[in-house]
Amino acid sequence: MIKEIGKYFMFLGQLLVNRERFKTYYKLVLDECQGIGIGSLFLVALVSTFMGAVTTVQTAFNMVSEFVPDYVISQVVREMIVLELAPTIIAVIYAGKVGSSMASGLGTMRITEQIDALEVMGINSISYLVLPKILASLLMYPLLVIVAGVCGMVGGYLAGTLTGVITPNDYVYGLRSSFNEFTVTFALIKSFVFAFLVASISSYKGYNTQGGALEVGISSTQAVTSSVIAVLIADYLLAQLLLSK
Amino acid sequence: MIKIQSISKSFGERLVLNDISGVFEKGKPNLIIGASGTGKSVLLKCIVGLIHPDEGSVFYDGRDFYGSDRNSQIEVRREMGMLFQGGALFDSKNVEDNVMFPLNVLTKMALPEKKDRVNFCLKRVGLENVNGKMPSEISGGMKKRVGIARAIVNNPNYLFCDEPNSGLDPQTSIVIDDLIQDISEDLDITTIVVTHDMNSVMGIGERIMFIYKGQKLWEGTKNDITHSGVKELDDFVFANKVMNSLRTNT
Repeated sequence: MIKEIGKYFMFLGQLLVNRERFKTYYKLVLDECQGIGIGSLFLVALVSTFMGAVTTVQTAFNMVSEFVPDYVISQVVREMIVLELAPTIIAVIYAGKVGSSMASGLGTMRITEQIDALEVMGINSISYLVLPKILASLLMYPLLVIVAGVCGMVGGYLAGTLTGVITPNDYVYGLRSSFNEFTVTFALIKSFVFAFLVASISSYKGYNTQGGALEVGISSTQAVTSSVIAVLIADYLLAQLLLSK
Repeated sequence: MIKIQSISKSFGERLVLNDISGVFEKGKPNLIIGASGTGKSVLLKCIVGLIHPDEGSVFYDGRDFYGSDRNSQIEVRREMGMLFQGGALFDSKNVEDNVMFPLNVLTKMALPEKKDRVNFCLKRVGLENVNGKMPSEISGGMKKRVGIARAIVNNPNYLFCDEPNSGLDPQTSIVIDDLIQDISEDLDITTIVVTHDMNSVMGIGERIMFIYKGQKLWEGTKNDITHSGVKELDDFVFANKVMNSLRTNT
């Protein structure tokens, strides 16, 4: 375990040495952004809309006291979505979709000697292949989290108002009431950290694949598992560091 | 010229290469031969630096590869071209982009100049009008040719071929062998070919190194290979039925 973590940090150390020209990365990052961002948009929007809807209905179900005003439902929905559901649960989905794709892509390149081909050309394959993925992830994941937050709240609004558990006015009032801007900052900090963790861990797993097609599948699975564990640990540590009083 | 000195490599307890030395001359194909699992590909990877040997040195025209810093190693590597067993073409790029790749990353050539160079190299390996095809759309032999075109596009001083004929029919194998020989002579580069194909050995084996269980047992030319006096080499050479019938007839 310690050896693996050490190898991971050595892998990260290779990202910034012997880099190619900026122009080379520019196009690669844009390509990755398209794959990561546009490719994940539908899934993120769909999941977060339903997450918001379900959170609204379930919160309403648990509001049994007459003394608690209805707008508290959307306050709870807002806090849950902004603080946890959008950055963290979407990170788990992101690891499953983007992380496994990164790991299997790099794993396939490894077993078909495409990475060796880069090395023989004198290209730092880690920097060339992995750095654009991490940069694209850092650029796109926070945007996906913002989209998830908006979709979650819209989903909550639709579910709440269409089922009649909350009025539109109460829902919007609840969203705006006692709003602490730092929760958004916190969500964005988390999104950057999770973006880095998922992209770097998945790339590390894929890059170090050895064997054949079976091992590519194993690397892909390990990438998702390790990324999710890292995200959950980081989630707790960040909450402890930035939210504890 | 490439010179290797006392190359040894182990994987765990298993000694894969044991004190191998030799010289690979310029302008003709140098063959490393041996049965599967004898360490040929590991030796090739040690020479190009994809696997770090436990002991030994590799000299590229006098430049000590493992004795130099990373930047100097990169400089040497930019003089290399390599044809991999499976072609190792980039799946996401078409033939033209695959061949152009080293020029895009390693040079500042203008696009028309790069296209001319790519077309020249593709024509050199006998491929035309395939620029837009993806690697999945071309045959194994064409992939190898594209691999060769990519390997020579940057005017390398050293060309390495790992099992260039694996998975190819005999006719295509001869075409690939001839291509490697012609390129080595025309460009006057040092070429190392790893193979276990006796047709290649008898076709282009001007200088051959025989590896057996991680050790160099014999060195010579295709003219000497049938009467080397080395039992392990005889077993390897005459395992081929055609070669064996030749021995029986003589």
